[in-house]
Amino acid sequence: MAILLTETTETVLPDTRAEGDRLWLSAAELEAAIGWSSRPEGFCRANICVPVPPGREREFMRGGQIDVAALWRHLGQPLAHSADGGAWVLGTAAAERESALRSLQAPDFSLPDRTGCRHSLSEHRGKKVLLVSWASW
Amino acid sequence: MWQALYEELKDHGFVVIAVALDSREEDPLPWIEAAAPTYPCLIDRDHRLADLYDMVNVPQAVWIDERGTIVRPTEPAGAYEGFRRMDRVTREMPADAARVTAQAKATYLDALRDWVRRGDASEHAFDAERARAHAPRPTEDAARAHVLFRLGQHLIRHGQPDEGDRWLAEASRLHPESWAMWRQRAGVTELGLAAQPDFWARVDALGARRYYAPVDMKGMP
Repeated sequence: MAILLTETTETVLPDTRAEGDRLWLSAAELEAAIGWSSRPEGFCRANICVPVPPGREREFMRGGQIDVAALWRHLGQPLAHSADGGAWVLGTAAAERESALRSLQAPDFSLPDRTGCRHSLSEHRGKKVLLVSWASW
Repeated sequence: MWQALYEELKDHGFVVIAVALDSREEDPLPWIEAAAPTYPCLIDRDHRLADLYDMVNVPQAVWIDERGTIVRPTEPAGAYEGFRRMDRVTREMPADAARVTAQAKATYLDALRDWVRRGDASEHAFDAERARAHAPRPTEDAARAHVLFRLGQHLIRHGQPDEGDRWLAEASRLHPESWAMWRQRAGVTELGLAAQPDFWARVDALGARRYYAPVDMKGMP
């Protein structure tokens, strides 16, 4: 079993075992977990497609499975996994963060309050927002 | 602090969203209960807000207008360096340090009031060019640190605290500017909560560098 964490999702993969730095998923698992699909033109998400480098197909695909770690690295995004390969985190590259912040469109998020009720920034569109961090530590 | 401001300004189309960067969700609860906030007070166990907005400390804030546009990027929210001169036993500040710290807070809150009441006409709301010039520039190491931090928190919550803590240590090493990562871990490992000797040693090691980054705001010390 492996668990795959992205910025907003946690996907349990009951039949998946990591092989070192590789995590092979079926095309359906890949799309469900991270929103990328495998198509003839390459790996695609929404209207963006990234071709598989010619001659390197085996690094990414084997018998209908895709190595999500190889794909994530190919996309230039950071990732990490636990020593036993049971937990994987796919993150977002600094360049993508910087470009989002320079667009000045406030990145949306959804977080729980103390009762577990989730709130998102975008619910408050139409108001001025002071978004402020604090901590108990 | 934010509850009074929210009450004062809420009828001007204003809301505070306070986000606790706290990995154990029970930790911020006593504070939330004491403050009895009527604005959203959210708990961010994985420090996701810090990743999205390149926050490295608390309190840091972003001003976001009615259209969802950032008009002041991440910056310290009225906090200042005065605490560095406090007596580390009595926690009292020399009068001049206390005065300048109070001035920073008052300046920040007055600027915030001015923006809430006057919107884009406020000199404290940056135009797009200035806002962009102040936008944070996260490093690749910081991006990787956030991945490791999330992995570490996940492992700690799922029965692998030793490995989890090792990833938090590595995250903090990769992103030394983040006091949030460092202080969170100081609590997690019970090395002692912040404001203990390790904390002061790390603050002292800053030397002439700032703990709270300078804020580009008229009247701000």
